[in-house]
Amino acid sequence: MSNNIVSRLKRKKIEEVLDAGTRMDGRGLLQYREMTLKTNYLEKSEGSAEVKLGKTHVVIGVKAGLGTPFDDTPDEGVLMVNAEYTPVAHSTWEPGPPPEGAIELARIVDRGLRSAEILNMEDLGLVSGEKVYIVFVDLYVLNWDGNLIDACGAGALAALRNAEIPGYKVSKTNEVSETGKTIKLKLRCEPVPITIYKIGSHFILDATADEEEVADGRLTVTFDEKGNITTMQKSGSVGFTLDEIKKCINIAKEKAAEIRSLTVASK
Amino acid sequence: MSKPKTKRKSKKTFERLDGRKVDELRPITIETGVIPNADGSAYIEMGRNKIVAGVYGPREMHPKRLSKPNMGVLRVRYHMAPFSVDPRRSPAPSRRDTEIGMVMSNALAPALFLERYPRSVIDVFVEIIQADGGTRCASINAAAVALVDAGIPMKDLVAACAAGKMEGNIVLDLGDYEDKKGEADVPVAYMPKLEEVTLLQMDGILSVEETEEAIKMAIEGCKKIYEIQRETLKKKYGMTEGESVAEAEETETDEEPEEPVEKPEEEAEADEE
Repeated sequence: MSNNIVSRLKRKKIEEVLDAGTRMDGRGLLQYREMTLKTNYLEKSEGSAEVKLGKTHVVIGVKAGLGTPFDDTPDEGVLMVNAEYTPVAHSTWEPGPPPEGAIELARIVDRGLRSAEILNMEDLGLVSGEKVYIVFVDLYVLNWDGNLIDACGAGALAALRNAEIPGYKVSKTNEVSETGKTIKLKLRCEPVPITIYKIGSHFILDATADEEEVADGRLTVTFDEKGNITTMQKSGSVGFTLDEIKKCINIAKEKAAEIRSLTVASK
Repeated sequence: MSKPKTKRKSKKTFERLDGRKVDELRPITIETGVIPNADGSAYIEMGRNKIVAGVYGPREMHPKRLSKPNMGVLRVRYHMAPFSVDPRRSPAPSRRDTEIGMVMSNALAPALFLERYPRSVIDVFVEIIQADGGTRCASINAAAVALVDAGIPMKDLVAACAAGKMEGNIVLDLGDYEDKKGEADVPVAYMPKLEEVTLLQMDGILSVEETEEAIKMAIEGCKKIYEIQRETLKKKYGMTEGESVAEAEETETDEEPEEPVEKPEEEAEADEE
């Protein structure tokens, strides 16, 4: 959505190719790049996943620890999703506080997991108002070539599914101590976000960085395995008609099932 | 978080906390020109939401590197007063605030001619004085009116409201309690003349059919809010149906926004809550 002369030329070319029914890299409009998903390959985190989607490369780490609950939910554990745009991932990314894009990425993945109630937060409470489990999901972008939301969403699900967090027990005097055993996180559902990009009158899946840069907007729809929608987010400075929204929902529903099966296979 | 109820209660027995019908909006009042220093401003009360929006610009962009050589930038800062919610919140911007500023900008930009303002910025500052659920939608309603008040040409007004699911029923314009306890929340912004949705988010659990029903209901709500926004602007600028076309064109070419006709009422900052 940048507007320098280069991206305007890029936009022209990309649109021409889309008009002809294909993509710059020869893919179909709704075709994903090859996604490879590796889980539990990091020893020092409780759960992990590495997702490669074309040249997009993200690492997702799950860490769990003890902390204090929020005031309004004293008996519930906490799930936090954070995204890092590392400067190594793209020439235009700089060190410093997270840019808007990183915050939006973390928030969409976070809301996708939490509004689907993927974890029973009450299971993660230990001592009311004092000690609960805090589960951090860090999305770490190592190379950016577009479609981070889908890559991170799939990776977060795979990492959580395989996570084993340290077990704690609570004594009668509310002392919390480690049991020395690990427990698996119980997932109640399997939300997967799918992002549809709009370029002119075209809708495409799995946009590359170039396509993302020239896109007018996008719509992310998160589906759980029962076919319910758990999060939506429209972004970019164009509107969508109701018919376009319906079309995107249908595209996402089909694709989400496919990506979900990939995250299962990664086990 | 409450467990979603799968059972759908019959609409007859379902009663909303504030007695509204399922497709009824909360009372809305909008006032323009509430910040004399701003180029345009608006104050909205939507239920117990009390929100001020001010517009500065188009003006030079600072920092310069954020400007675009061939078009203007619409920058929206959404900020909640520490006393706007219970318990008090830190005045530092949260991740949620940053995201809402961004989605608001995306919701309003389609209505503007940003290509007319290269290297410039239009700043929209939104201050939540009191929050009562649906602040992002109420903020968009106020910001759209404030942009008109600033004399900025627009393709259409942008109206916003949410629909959601409460105890198995799809309902319009969730209040604070419904927002927190409901099963889903679908904020929508809409340009009624262009028939385009410019903000669409969703949190919760809904089937595809329910999602579509909620979006449609929210669009109907937006159309009603659109009328309120128009009435507010007509009242301020004294336009009647007959002369509105000529007048509107005049304001479009006018560089300076009209001076507020009367001194704005003190905004309800000394809030009774």
